[in-house]
Amino acid sequence: MVASEILANAAFNMGFEVASFPFFGVERRGAPVTAFTRIDATPIRIRSSIYEPDYVVVLDSSLLKGIDVLEGLKRDGTTFINYPDGRRLPSLPGGFRCFTLDATSIAAAHGIGSKVTPIVNTAIMGGFSRICDEVSLEAMVESIREKAPVKKEENVAAAREAYKRTREVST
Amino acid sequence: MRKVMTGNYASAYGAKAARAEVIPAYPITPQTSIVEKLAEFVSTGELKAKFVPVESEHSAMAACVSASILGARTYTATSSHGLALMHEVLMWASNARLPVVMTNVSRAMAPPWSVWADHMDSVAERDTGWMQFFCESNQEVLDTIIMAYKVCESRGIMLPAMIIEDAFILSHTSEPVDVPDQDTVDSFLPSYDPEIKLEIGKPMGFGSLVRPDQYMEFRYKSMLAMREARDRIVSVEDEFRQAFGRSYGGLLDEYMCDDAEVALVAAGSVAGTVRTVVDKLRAKGMKVGLARIRAFRPFPFQEFQSLAGRVSGMAVLDRSFTHGAAGAFFTEIQGALYDAPKRPAMKNYIAGLGGRDITPDVIEGIFEDILVRCERGSDPEPEWLDVAGLPRRRS
Repeated sequence: MVASEILANAAFNMGFEVASFPFFGVERRGAPVTAFTRIDATPIRIRSSIYEPDYVVVLDSSLLKGIDVLEGLKRDGTTFINYPDGRRLPSLPGGFRCFTLDATSIAAAHGIGSKVTPIVNTAIMGGFSRICDEVSLEAMVESIREKAPVKKEENVAAAREAYKRTREVST
Repeated sequence: MRKVMTGNYASAYGAKAARAEVIPAYPITPQTSIVEKLAEFVSTGELKAKFVPVESEHSAMAACVSASILGARTYTATSSHGLALMHEVLMWASNARLPVVMTNVSRAMAPPWSVWADHMDSVAERDTGWMQFFCESNQEVLDTIIMAYKVCESRGIMLPAMIIEDAFILSHTSEPVDVPDQDTVDSFLPSYDPEIKLEIGKPMGFGSLVRPDQYMEFRYKSMLAMREARDRIVSVEDEFRQAFGRSYGGLLDEYMCDDAEVALVAAGSVAGTVRTVVDKLRAKGMKVGLARIRAFRPFPFQEFQSLAGRVSGMAVLDRSFTHGAAGAFFTEIQGALYDAPKRPAMKNYIAGLGGRDITPDVIEGIFEDILVRCERGSDPEPEWLDVAGLPRRRS
């Protein structure tokens, strides 16, 4: 949810109209959450959910088991997955561009969240700015500075490192 | 200044811009971040107000009533079961003619437990004597709070208002919102100075017993006040437009209805989705429009009669259901049109209960159906849309 807000805010700072919204399952920290962001050149009026996204960003790779996270992704869509370096990505439905980033290690290295549960929002958005044409790294950095309640520069540094380490993989 | 914020923050910024002086509140999902933000504004000194944490919504409204009697501008926010718990005290506010303004983050009633968008909680309070404004966007939420104080505090009106913000679809959606300049708000909305208030050294009784030979006169005056509010809502919105450059269509906000063959009537956030469908169908040459109920109380009788004179079909979308009757919007519009010179074919559609997504496809299906209804006449039976195992009824 925070990642989708950082993204919306960054796109807004670049002059786009935006709408981002979460869908919560159960009300507890760490429960699986889906969040959506629309980015458009004109004001966004539609209020229904997104069923055919251009991008799917997966913050927790444990969700790859059991849920079809790519359901509805457009044929020419892109997925971006927080995945540990040095481990082989499970096979995904074909045809999509796929990028990965070890956002968990980057967040931990920059002291964001705890060592056991690093908070990956800012790293993942730094990496996403490399993939998403609409949002630049600098707009994302500016948005992170506005949104991060504490450790602003650590979060910015994580985003910058994530930008460099995001890579495309074959699925 | 334009910035990205949720509907809940838009509510909090609205109450801050209006310089609410007393904010008694009790948290409930999905309203909580409104009162959290206001508590933050008060703690940092950005808003000079008394924040009163209370032990229930009943107490929250009781504290609003008390503070309002003392002449304070009063704000609170709640949702669903919290609103239902306030029910008794809502009437204490309206019957005592106190201009309390409250956001209700409109959410389904349990069981089964649901925290998502649904208008049942708001609709169930339509008889409490509060004005009710349904909002389509976060900007409208913020702006309507400011306008509501001006309407509510008008001499001759002095009634409370409920600003209705759909759960999650507005409350937790981040989108650009213009936070108006404080000086402009201050000149638009003067400080609250009631004719009658409780002051130290001037003891007065409020809410005392009246005998049957006196009670009806009180309610008659409430009726006159709510009637006067119709014009006042429109004139205040006109002043708002001149000061801030934004307006929302008065009591009934029409979109592409002038030459429409059919209109879809809806309230709240779904109106945005309806607009996109109207544009799509218009591009195909279909004469469709949206009539958005902005004020449910006072009810836009004249506006509906005017609309009825122009369209052949009226689809009414209710995000709540009154069991044993039909959707509340539908039955009230039907009542309003009984003595209209021309009545369109009508049908009631029930959708989006408990936060079920109302997609463009669902809306398009309604338009297709009501266009057929124009030929065949009204359908007395409400149709429930997108319900598991229930096929679409085709007119």
